[in-house]
Parts: sequence; structure tokens; C-alpha cells
Amino acid sequence: MSTPPTPLWEVFVRPARGTNHVHVGSLHAADATLALQNARDLYTRRNEGVSIWVVRSVDITASSPEEKDSFFEPSADKPYRHPTFYTIPEGVEHL
Amino acid sequence: MTSSAPANAEVAAYAIRLGDDALILSHRLSEWSAHAPQIEEDIALSNIALDLLGQARTLLTYGGSYSGRSEDDLAYLREERQFTNLQLTEIENGNFAVTMIRQLLFSCYQHELYRDLESSRDAQLAAIAAKAVKEVAYHVEHASTWIIRLGDGTELSHDRAQAALETVWPYSHEMFADDELARRIADLGVGPLPSGLRPAWLGSVQDVLTEATLTLPDDDWKPTGGRKGLHTEGFGYLLAEMQHLHRSHPGAQW
Amino acid sequence: MDATRQQADFDALIASDGRVEPRDWMPEGYRKTLIRQIAQHAHSEIIGMQPEGNWITRAPSLRRKAILLAKVQDEAGHGLYLYSAAETLGMSREEMLDLLHAGRQRYSSIFNYPTPTWADVAAIGWLVDGAAITNQVPLTRCSYGPYARAMIRICKEESFHQRQGFESLLQLSNGTPEQHEMAQDAVNRWWWPSLMMFGPPDDDSPNSAQSTAWGIKRFSNDELRQRFVDICVPQAETLGLTLPDPDLVWNAERGHYDYGVIDWTEFQQVLKGNGPCNRQRIAVRRQAHSDGAWVREAAAAYAAKKQAAAVTEAA
Repeated sequence: MSTPPTPLWEVFVRPARGTNHVHVGSLHAADATLALQNARDLYTRRNEGVSIWVVRSVDITASSPEEKDSFFEPSADKPYRHPTFYTIPEGVEHL
Repeated sequence: MTSSAPANAEVAAYAIRLGDDALILSHRLSEWSAHAPQIEEDIALSNIALDLLGQARTLLTYGGSYSGRSEDDLAYLREERQFTNLQLTEIENGNFAVTMIRQLLFSCYQHELYRDLESSRDAQLAAIAAKAVKEVAYHVEHASTWIIRLGDGTELSHDRAQAALETVWPYSHEMFADDELARRIADLGVGPLPSGLRPAWLGSVQDVLTEATLTLPDDDWKPTGGRKGLHTEGFGYLLAEMQHLHRSHPGAQW
Repeated sequence: MDATRQQADFDALIASDGRVEPRDWMPEGYRKTLIRQIAQHAHSEIIGMQPEGNWITRAPSLRRKAILLAKVQDEAGHGLYLYSAAETLGMSREEMLDLLHAGRQRYSSIFNYPTPTWADVAAIGWLVDGAAITNQVPLTRCSYGPYARAMIRICKEESFHQRQGFESLLQLSNGTPEQHEMAQDAVNRWWWPSLMMFGPPDDDSPNSAQSTAWGIKRFSNDELRQRFVDICVPQAETLGLTLPDPDLVWNAERGHYDYGVIDWTEFQQVLKGNGPCNRQRIAVRRQAHSDGAWVREAAAAYAAKKQAAAVTEAA
């Protein structure tokens, strides 16, 4: 039985006032409300005074001057080599 | 934190009653471990179970201190007829919809209850309530989020959510039944009259159910008895599982 | 940028003990090895919830119940951190779960043993978490950034678990005669499987050399296993429990404890799927996953409805 994909979200946490939001990891959730609740449970264990941002991974545009992988277009790119970011034609196996 | 014992037997019994609610529902929720619909939900349900267990421990410790009984004495050495939790807290988990409906109805009640208890004449109960009300606000939010998605998701999830509501709704009435102890506690200014909590509770619950496109069931059957120690048949099995190991080693420390 | 240059840059990064990040070029073997290892680690955490979770509803005190609930919850969290790290390498969580359920991705075979008594939970805390920590601390310096960072987060929480297990075992050992016997029996059953957690002897580990060269593996299986034995022997003395190995003896010349010969045939059988609980562990995950499909579908359907409504509104 194969599984329908749930969107991937990146999580950023600001641990205390006066600090920056820091990327702490990712999680799967169907929508932003669930993503925020899940992030709170997973990355902060619901500590008070903590601010959380959740962003759909597909909405992140990344670039790095040090990147050397020619597989990627140099501009407007994605943070990961994630399969669901790319449309694969039907019938292609092992992808 | 050192605390004095309850002022009288009634306050002690009241604390134990609230502790029993939290203890038994926590136990039911803990049965989901490793079986939830997704791993994120395993974590969320455990969080709620842990919050409730924490509430249970402080309430039972406080209530039990009046008669020299510890939290474990109360949890592991009382029989079925001595537990005073609502039947709502002991009904089986069923499917995820049943669990979430049970959580919504109970947590909305706990929210009204604890908000009122913050101004209790009993300082210890007021302190417990002040901490618990924040936890319970999150429980309400979590349950609401899921009920809305189940009710307004697929046709299958809607049917299951409605069926869950029909199953659980009858048990909600006991939360608002005034018995002798409840009236005494209200007179003492220690806690709210249960029936007084219902209008606000119904408003909150209805808002969620409406957004979830679910229909309020009829108020025909109103099972009761938990507060008097009359429980469902499933409760005996719950206690057997929960208490067996502790009872097998009388007096042992863990 | 040609292939030789990319390889040279990667090699230089590894040689300087730098961190490889998701968007860096990496050899396909490196990527595949990491996916396999991180996924296996993630699956282990999730499967590991079962043997211990087995005792949550029967925990003999409310304090122990709270501790155990929190521990199992942490394990779920660790699984998620690790899936998150693996996903940066190009395999989705859905794919990894499908492979786990199909028996094509593995998890640590230690979790294929049953927990027939309460003392097993304590023994797991002391021995299995102890072995995991011994394995995991070096991984906090693994060459792959996301994995190393996940391991740092995990190690912080794991040491708390091990201490809880040790404390519980100590209480049992010093308790009633029945409790002491329960504790000793559990240790007798968990000791050898814990040693096997470190993997086959270095001579029988064909992949180790490559993993070491890539900075994924920092110490050999035997080195870590020896470290673990040396830590456990004095701890067992504190516990007042014996380890089931008559050949366990201090070797002054080596500066380590000598220990008996491990029976690897048992390990092979468990790896093959013939351990006591292999089928049950996977069956539970498959069941949870299929039972939960309608819930996940409902969430997806709701999200789709809301997105469609937002588009209509904007139009």
C-alpha cells in the first residue's frame, strides 16, 4: 500500500526574545495550522515564550555561492534535492 | 512545594474526583502510543496524556493527603466502586474520531472548570488550576483542529466524525450534573456548580461542531453514575491492566 | 564544473573535517549509504517505541508511568528528526515508510526482542540506550551536516533516558527478592543482544572502511563495543547485578575488559526476520499506518478545500 504525500514544512524557532529564528528541521503536515501545532510539540515541547515559523519547503528559494552540483539550475533554486520538488514524467521508474 | 492538606473531607473528595477524571483519560490516551495515524499525532496525544497525568498526580496527592493516602495508593489500590471519575473519561478510544470528540467535549469542560477554579477559596486548587488552564487551552485547540478536519474532510471522515459524536455525546451530560458534593463545594466557594458551566461549554463546542459541519445529537440518553463509583463494564478491564503489576508486589517501591 | 573537480572538492571537505550540506555535490555511494543509515536509525526509534510502550498502561507507579510516556514520546520525536535529516538527501518520508513496511529498509534488530517483564524496560534504558549513546556520540561529528545536527539534539535527550533506566534497575535490584530476580533475569536476556547492537566484528564488516573514509563512521564496531563493555562492568557492580558472561575479566595488559565470544548465529537469524518479535513489530506499524489513512486523507482533503476557496476568493 503506498501513501499519498503530505507536504513538507521547514521549521524555524526563536528560543527567546532578543534572539533570531533558527532553522531546526522539518516535518510533514497537511496545512499550516497542523504544521504549527506539530512544530510546537516536536521542536519546543511547548515551552512558553518561544516563537515558531513554519514555511512550506517548496516556498523556500535557496542559493549558495559554494554550490557545485551541476544538476541544479543556478538561480531560483530549492533547498534540497527532494523528489517531490520536481515533476517526474509518468512511467519513469526508480525515481 | 510544601502544601497543607485539604481543609475537610469534602474538599479532599472533590480533589480526588477531578484527579480521577484526569488519571483515567490520561490512561486511555496512553493506549494510542505507537498506534496513532501519523507519528506527529503519537507525540501530540502523548503530550495531552502527560499533561493530564501531571494534573492527576497533583490532585490525587493533594486529595489523598487528607486521609494519609498517596497518589499511588489511590491509583493502584482502590477498587472499581471507589473511583469517582466521569464515565466520559473511561469510554474506549474507538477510532481517532471518537478519541478526538471525547477530547473536545472533556477539554472544553476542563477549560471552563479550571478557569473558575483559579479563583477558588482553596489555595492549592487555585494554583493547580492556574497551571492546568494553559495546558487545557492547548488540548481544546488540538481537538478542535482535528474535529474540523474530520468533519469537513472526506465523506468517510465526516460520517465517522458524526458517528463518533453520536457515540460520545450521551456521556457529556454527567459533566454538568449537580450532586450533593458538587453543591457543597459550590457553597464553600471552592469550586463552580457543574450545571453552571454548561452554557459556555455548549457555546464553545457548538462553534467547533458547526465549523466541522457536524450536527448536534439529541439529548435523549444520559448515562451517569461515575461520580458515585458506578462505572461501565470496560472500566474493570482498564483497572485490571493498570493495577496488576503494582498489586502483585505489595509494598514494593518502584 | 567537471566530475574530477567535484570529487576533489568533496574529498578536501571530508579531509578537513568539514560538513557536507544538502546542496553540495556528493558521490552517489555517499548519498545512498547515508540514506540507508539515517533511515534505519529513524525506523529504529519508531519501532523502539513498541517494546517499551508495551508497559505504559501497566507501569507500577504514576511517576514511572510519566517517565515512560515521556521517554517513548521522545523516541517518536527522534524518529522525526532523523526522517527530516534523511529527506534532505532525496528520499521522502512516505518512501521510507513504504520500504520499512515492505521489509526492504531495516531497523536495529535489538527491538525484535520482547519485553515480557517490567524490568525489561529498565534493562533497555540501561543497556540499549547506553549502547545507543556509545554509538551516537561519535555521530554528532558525522560529516553530513543535517545528520550530525540531528544527533546533537538526540544525544541531549538520550542521556536522560539512560539515567532513568539505571535508576529504575537500581531500585529493583535493591527492592524485594522478587524485584531483584526480575531485574537480574532481564539483564541476563538483554546483555548479549546489546553487544550485538554495535554490529559484526570489524573483520566481518565490509562497508566499514568506506564509511570511515567518508567521515560517516568515526570508530570501528569493535572499538565502540569495547568502550561499552568497559563502561557497563563497574555500573553492573553498582547495580548489584551480574552480567551473564563468565569470561568477563579485567585485562591489565590491554587496559580493557576481556569478554566472551558472541554467538553471531542468533544475530543472523534475527536480521533475517526470525527473531521473536520481527513480524509483530512490522505488523503494528503497517496496521497503524493503514488504520490512519482515512485521517490523513481527511486532513489533505480539508487543506485542498481551503486552498481552492482561497484561490476563488482572490479571483
